[in-house]
Amino acid sequence: MSAATTNQTAEEKLDSVQNRRARITGIVLILLALLVLFVLDVAPGEVATFKLTGPRDAIKVPNLVVPGAFNLVAAALLAFLGMRQFLRGGGRWSSLSIGIGLALVVLAFLVWATAGKSFSLTGMLQATMVRAVPIALGGLAGVLSERVAVINIAIEGMLLAGAFTGALIGSLLGGWIGLAAAVLVGGMFGMILAALVVTFRMDQIIAGVVINLFVLGVTSYVTSQVFAEHRYLNNAQVFRAWKIPFLSDIPVIGPMLFNQNLFVYGALVLVAVATYYLFHTKGGLRARAVGEHPRAADTLGIDVYWTRYLHVTLAGMVAGFGGAWFTLGFVGRFDENMTNGRGFIGLAAMIFGRWHPVGALAAALVFGFADSLQQKLALLNTPIPSEFLAMAPYIATIIVVAGLIGKARPPAADGQPYVKE
Amino acid sequence: MSTSIGKRELNDAARDLLTRTQRGRADFEDLVVVPIFAVIAALILGALIMLATGVDLATIGKSFVALAVGSVGSLNAISETLTAAIPLVLAGLGLGLGFRAGLFNIGAEGQLLMGGTAAAIFAFSFPGLPFPLLMLLSLVAGAVVGAFYASIAGILKATTGAHEVISTIMLNLTSYQILNYLLRQPYIQKEGRADPISKSVPDAGQLPLLLDWVDPNLRLHAGLFLMLIAVAFVWWLLFRSKAGFAFRASGANPDAARYAGMKSGFVIVSAMATAGALAGLAGAAQVQGVLERASPGFSAGIGFDAIALALLGRSHPVGILFAGLLFGGLEAGGRQMQVDAGVSIDLIGIIQALIIVFIAAPLLVRAIFPWGFRKDAKGGSA
Repeated sequence: MSAATTNQTAEEKLDSVQNRRARITGIVLILLALLVLFVLDVAPGEVATFKLTGPRDAIKVPNLVVPGAFNLVAAALLAFLGMRQFLRGGGRWSSLSIGIGLALVVLAFLVWATAGKSFSLTGMLQATMVRAVPIALGGLAGVLSERVAVINIAIEGMLLAGAFTGALIGSLLGGWIGLAAAVLVGGMFGMILAALVVTFRMDQIIAGVVINLFVLGVTSYVTSQVFAEHRYLNNAQVFRAWKIPFLSDIPVIGPMLFNQNLFVYGALVLVAVATYYLFHTKGGLRARAVGEHPRAADTLGIDVYWTRYLHVTLAGMVAGFGGAWFTLGFVGRFDENMTNGRGFIGLAAMIFGRWHPVGALAAALVFGFADSLQQKLALLNTPIPSEFLAMAPYIATIIVVAGLIGKARPPAADGQPYVKE
Repeated sequence: MSTSIGKRELNDAARDLLTRTQRGRADFEDLVVVPIFAVIAALILGALIMLATGVDLATIGKSFVALAVGSVGSLNAISETLTAAIPLVLAGLGLGLGFRAGLFNIGAEGQLLMGGTAAAIFAFSFPGLPFPLLMLLSLVAGAVVGAFYASIAGILKATTGAHEVISTIMLNLTSYQILNYLLRQPYIQKEGRADPISKSVPDAGQLPLLLDWVDPNLRLHAGLFLMLIAVAFVWWLLFRSKAGFAFRASGANPDAARYAGMKSGFVIVSAMATAGALAGLAGAAQVQGVLERASPGFSAGIGFDAIALALLGRSHPVGILFAGLLFGGLEAGGRQMQVDAGVSIDLIGIIQALIIVFIAAPLLVRAIFPWGFRKDAKGGSA
């Protein structure tokens, strides 16, 4: 009897938590509606022109002309979604409402910023994709290691190591070997992290911080000690874009998805492979079991240590590939601390994407979008300082981690060392 | 989970009892032997890295001499060492306090930036105030803003359970943008400058130099006393006050602390706020004592080095003081090394990272240096 009562109270508690969350979601949506209505107000007569094709594209599409009234519609929709959440609070609808709501706000923002001017949407989407690559790969590295319950703060260091190795080996032996070396070195740091936290049972966060400091130290040291004198060691060929015939001629998404370099394709393929592996294969199921309940997994004969070593090493290799993007995929030379916190943003993308590869990619695209929007804002002369836009993703991450809107749940055993009995 | 007491738990309990009787020896190994071996191992590995990058043996020898001379070899060197140690120790004390309370605060960098900027803004906003008053109030402004910035993460953790590591990382990244924005505002930006940089702290707001009567180039400032007071205060707070007991109890066993009636929310928020205040003070000391103004990235990674410091000092105020002097010495000696031997100062970063690896993974040090430890010694906690 007492068990039944506890069960009931637990359910009630869950219910009230969900209701509270739905109400907060509703309030946030209504606030966003007010924001769109009063801050992002466009005179109804004005139009925003979005250029969808460039002058040299094969298929021409007329410009997208959006009247200013769009923002009124967006505000109304937001208010409707908010009211609905606030009054009826469907748990299932929460994420969807938030997703639609954010998309509406971004669109309204673009219309507001471009009102009376014209703006190349295609170019921005292409830039978004490019900027999302290291963040997505960093996030994927995070997913791989946290799914086996190893917190990976060292993504930043692994990206930096990949960038450095890519530049050095790429300059000496060519891009492909440089890329392979970057992946290997990334994997090596993954293995070091695994050794520190699995075998030596060091605190996972300390281990990550240490790897970051160490990589930053070594790469900066070699850059100023060796590269400064021998410039030929830091001058790699950049991978050019591969245009995929026909597909790249599709307006808007063609240039974004099918006229990019190896790293963009690689990131997309890796996300797909990781999703299939984690959620549709035996190995992936075992990995997730290790992350959720290592003791149970061990009882069933899964080697917890080996699984952790394997996946953290794989995570390092993914991050090494992502790091090579900075040098072999973008600028061709290494600079001190050139990843500049991208690894931490990747970590944020992982949380935002709720420990799912596709989620991490989607979050990385949002961050990439904010990043490229920040570059373009200067051109559009908007009164919003670009710094506020730049900090928006971080604040959004804090809100998600705090569970104010929807709850991001990490793997149950995340961060805990496992001691075999 | 562990409702039934298994054989393992009993074994652990017995071992605990045994180690407690041999406390003195274990503490000695943990606090003294491991750090010393860690520093030695890190220096040796640093030499190997220099060898690997084509630095010849004579230069390596010269660079270690320069490291020693540059850190303690002259009055100027000692002054530089102490000057570098001041912000490191202040921020490290805050982080150590957080570790004691079971909080892993990575946000010292952001708290330091915000605190330092606040101190600078306060100081040039009230240029009419007389000397000690303006200096002290500016320091307070830095501490308050640092405490406020850190308590964001604390409040989130206490109310929603948001992990402080993620939220402080995000607050760090946010603080860079806030700084970029603030330092371009006409009220704050230095006249006639296009880059983001604040107006200067007036003389009355600066921490006075201590050794300028010997040589005006000696940079040691009154932040030294601030540092020593902070060490004493944190020691008192942690080991002699009720709040400190609650901090330590919550860090050692959150459940037990809660059952004993300690408010976990209060502990989290007040520990974070105190840590933030100390980090803000570190920023203020740096701005008012050395830099005279705030600029983007003026923290120069002090907030991250302070994490290393707190680990090295075993989260004990006195340990952190010594660790800070060591890191300050490495910093000052590293500059000398760069000048004398032409070896990049970034080597210091590697050595610092290696020191922490060895400190935080005592099993590793014991594997490398089997002597100096009892035979049956088991790896301590990091």
